Amino acid sequence: MTDIRVEGLVHVYEGGVRALDGVDLAIGAGERVALIGQNGSGKTTLVRHFDGLLRPTSGRVLVGGVDAAERTVAQLAREVGLVFQDPDRQIFASTVRGEVEFGPRNLGLRGAALRSAVGEALAATGLEKAADLNPYDLGTSRRKLLALASVLAMGTAVVVLDEPTTGQDMRGMAIVEEIVGTVQAAGRTVIAISHDMRFVAERFERIVVMRQGRVVLDGSPSEVFAADHWETLRSTFVEPPLPAILGARLKLGATPTDRALVSALKSRG
Amino acid sequence: MLTVNGLSYRHAGALRPSLLDVDLVLGDGEVLGVIGANDSGKTTLCLVLAGLAPRIVGGTLSGRLSIDGVDAGSLRMHDLPALVGIGFDDPATQLSGVAATVFEEVAFGPANLGVPRDELIDRTANALEALAISHLAERDPARLSGGQQQLVAIASILALRPRHVVLDEPTAQLDPSGTALVGDALERLAGQGVSILVVEHKTDLLARIASRVVALDGGRVVLEGPAKEVLADPALVDLGVAPPSDVRLRRALVTALLDPTQLEGARA
Repeated sequence: MTDIRVEGLVHVYEGGVRALDGVDLAIGAGERVALIGQNGSGKTTLVRHFDGLLRPTSGRVLVGGVDAAERTVAQLAREVGLVFQDPDRQIFASTVRGEVEFGPRNLGLRGAALRSAVGEALAATGLEKAADLNPYDLGTSRRKLLALASVLAMGTAVVVLDEPTTGQDMRGMAIVEEIVGTVQAAGRTVIAISHDMRFVAERFERIVVMRQGRVVLDGSPSEVFAADHWETLRSTFVEPPLPAILGARLKLGATPTDRALVSALKSRG
Repeated sequence: MLTVNGLSYRHAGALRPSLLDVDLVLGDGEVLGVIGANDSGKTTLCLVLAGLAPRIVGGTLSGRLSIDGVDAGSLRMHDLPALVGIGFDDPATQLSGVAATVFEEVAFGPANLGVPRDELIDRTANALEALAISHLAERDPARLSGGQQQLVAIASILALRPRHVVLDEPTAQLDPSGTALVGDALERLAGQGVSILVVEHKTDLLARIASRVVALDGGRVVLEGPAKEVLADPALVDLGVAPPSDVRLRRALVTALLDPTQLEGARA
């Protein structure tokens, strides 16, 4: 099992932009955590430290109890699979299947084990029928699902999704939502960056809110979207989901999802 | 005004057409929302309206596109950017890659159109201000976050001051506040008489800014009408489009046999 600990993490980009300004965060193995906050608040910078693509300016990141600084990107990639925001940064094979095979093959999978890892990932993302196509014959939204499939196939203990629902239609959304559930059900950790408040409120048990390189809120959807935090949320350009706003105005308590609002209304009678 | 009559378009090498017999009118000062599942033809429609398909990307077009009453086929390619501004969903496609600062990036388009220096500075500053990114003016565009790049890409379209704007998922990577800023900027533009077509999965945004909405399915227009009506149409779900939060919530209440009007008092 792989947990992630971030201690006093600071990252200053070349040119002086201080993207992370002292982040402390512990994510337990098997947790389902959403990272939210305004554009440029440091969300992507933070997760890129998890698989060593970025290294701390100061502070440290422990992956499975081991300091990430002592391990190469290739070693970390066996534990942490990162799906980029822009799929074209990670797609390079000439077929969809070849793309999905690349990761697990590099991890040493062969034969039936490789076929089943690839088959499962293609099925989960609804890309089975597209397996022999060139990735660039898929639209952007399906290329995003392909990037997701290629990380899923690696079977890493931690899966990090950077804005997985961007550009997805309802079917794509449903695929992403189901994957978040099945990956966690398999005991793997899911960390997702998102601006879609409905998605994070309905699918994640913990929400971490970032502002200007720091963590400003951390809790369950009911806690984070509670009325006394709206000011903090708005200071990092996050608007609470509609049912949370209406529920608070109707004095129903914390109702971050449609379902929660409906059941609060029902129990009020 | 942009007018499309009996428009069909097939991408080069494609088996099926991406657009089939589309009729569309985009009036001056109007915000028209376009919705539909992936591969329903939304992006292709943007490429055709901006004159990029078939001229730049190839393929075969039938039917007619006219821009302010002039047949688009008779316009010169280099005149098009000042008439129709197009914004892609991926800002990496949009940014010039040659500008060292955000300011230069946004000035790049109008500078190429030969806009005089003083007006160039003016337009650029205004476009940055409209999207609340003046503080990024001196930053390197390549080193911004995805969402910030998207705002820069939209600012660079605004700086061209086109009469018509076609945007393909302009807020895909934006936080809720960035999305609201883009919404405000588009409403302001429309108020100045610019016609705007915007493709969006975020139906909440369309509910706020669009006057009319068109739904595409398999390259055909299947729903068209006032935004309020189309966005509340039960057929949306079958088309693979997520309804606005408001419509979803209302339906959740109805399904639970609760009276949806009890939410009215809680609306701002």
